[in-house]
Amino acid sequence: MSKAGDGAAAGQPLLRIEDLQKKFGDLEVLCGVSLNVARGEKVSIIGPSGSGKTTLLRCINYLEKPSAGHIYIDGTLIGEKKSGDRFIHLTDRELARERQEIGFVFQRFNLFPHLTALGNVTVAPMRVLNLSREAAEARGRDMLQKVGLSHKADEYPERLSGGQQQRVAIARVLAMQPKLMLFDEATSALDPELIGEVLRVMRQLAEEGATMVIVTHEIQFASEVSDRVIFMDQGRIVEQGLSREVLFKPKEARTREFLKHIQDR
Amino acid sequence: MLELPQIYAENIHRWLPELLYYSLMTLKIGFFSFIVAVVFGILVALCRVSKNRLVRTLAIWFIEIGRGLPIVVILYIIYFVPPQLFPGLNWTWFSDFTGAVLGLGIHGGAILAEVFRSGIEALHKGQREAAMSLGMTPAKSMVYIILPQATRIVLPPVGNYAIGLLKDTSLCTLIGVNEIMNGAKSIAFSDYQPMAVFILVAGIYFAMSYPLSLLVRALERRLSTAQ
Repeated sequence: MSKAGDGAAAGQPLLRIEDLQKKFGDLEVLCGVSLNVARGEKVSIIGPSGSGKTTLLRCINYLEKPSAGHIYIDGTLIGEKKSGDRFIHLTDRELARERQEIGFVFQRFNLFPHLTALGNVTVAPMRVLNLSREAAEARGRDMLQKVGLSHKADEYPERLSGGQQQRVAIARVLAMQPKLMLFDEATSALDPELIGEVLRVMRQLAEEGATMVIVTHEIQFASEVSDRVIFMDQGRIVEQGLSREVLFKPKEARTREFLKHIQDR
Repeated sequence: MLELPQIYAENIHRWLPELLYYSLMTLKIGFFSFIVAVVFGILVALCRVSKNRLVRTLAIWFIEIGRGLPIVVILYIIYFVPPQLFPGLNWTWFSDFTGAVLGLGIHGGAILAEVFRSGIEALHKGQREAAMSLGMTPAKSMVYIILPQATRIVLPPVGNYAIGLLKDTSLCTLIGVNEIMNGAKSIAFSDYQPMAVFILVAGIYFAMSYPLSLLVRALERRLSTAQ
């Protein structure tokens, strides 16, 4: 496939993962994962810890370099390019350009503590997209409003609750207008009473048609928001299908076991 | 000891202007070698965390040699060795002042490189990952995300270094720089008043370093409230 890609063609998945493998030393974390995600689709990935779901998500925007396999977004290879028959890794600059289109929400928010909420949301539009300060701030304020935090624009992260920090982190991703949003256990680090406000924002994004891949332990949320659920274990996709089927009528014994375990918590 | 007030009353009008004149040189060396040390320090710290093994190794050796040698040895080598090594070149530009600034700057660069590196590495890797995931290149994430935060972390040790450096300028007297210690020595021994002169010099050093110390403290306060 050429670098320019013919990905805009209708019917082609927005995200295509082909036989992705990842090893850390001798440890095989991903053992050949293939997955397509359509434009506007919401896919939740569930599974026990150590099943490789976070690694899979981190490979999609090349925070981890896959050991083998390929990732395409809109038909464009991610993290590498084809030269003749060989795949070669992109330079840091080329990789940065590709990452602009992939939003990543971290479990621990990773807000920039030296910047205000608005500063966190505007720094990438200004420094990466080269928007003027006015344009970036206008966009940033829109995004903070979207996550319900206009009134906190001038606060520094340490003055915000965990739920508010995660919503700023989501606004920061939205300000880059990504094609695809990845959520890595976005509510796992939150106190139970703060989870709802973050899930509400995510649900709203889902309703607006964003393409989302969500690693989560929130089974209820996954069943409501996602079109499709994927169950992973030991670096493989064990079962996938419509969310209600996988979550409520799982075919595989391992899926049933995991869901029972989660519900017994 | 009792005669001290008397001695100062008789001599201070001669000593003080002269010593203050020399202390300008102390401040000048301190200022310029601080700049050199910070520039070297940042460059070497960036090399020290580079992905390139050769660059990283060179940085480590610069640090080990720079901080492993006494300042006096570095000053002597910087000042006396190059002209002897390349006698054919024109060395008239290479004054004792230049040698002092380079010597103190290189030594300081090695010390600050480790300070800056620890500042950079003290940041959670999530900061860098967040910056990269937003599409920043490693260079942009360094400039806009990592260094501004590292600056706050390293400010106290850099402030301490600056105060130490101001005092270490006194070593430059050994390569003949006309800074305050050099001036003091010649006055003390020509007037046979070492006690009075060196106590006065101590006062002048303190008058220079104490405001610096207050400045560092004020900066620290400002940065910590800004967060």
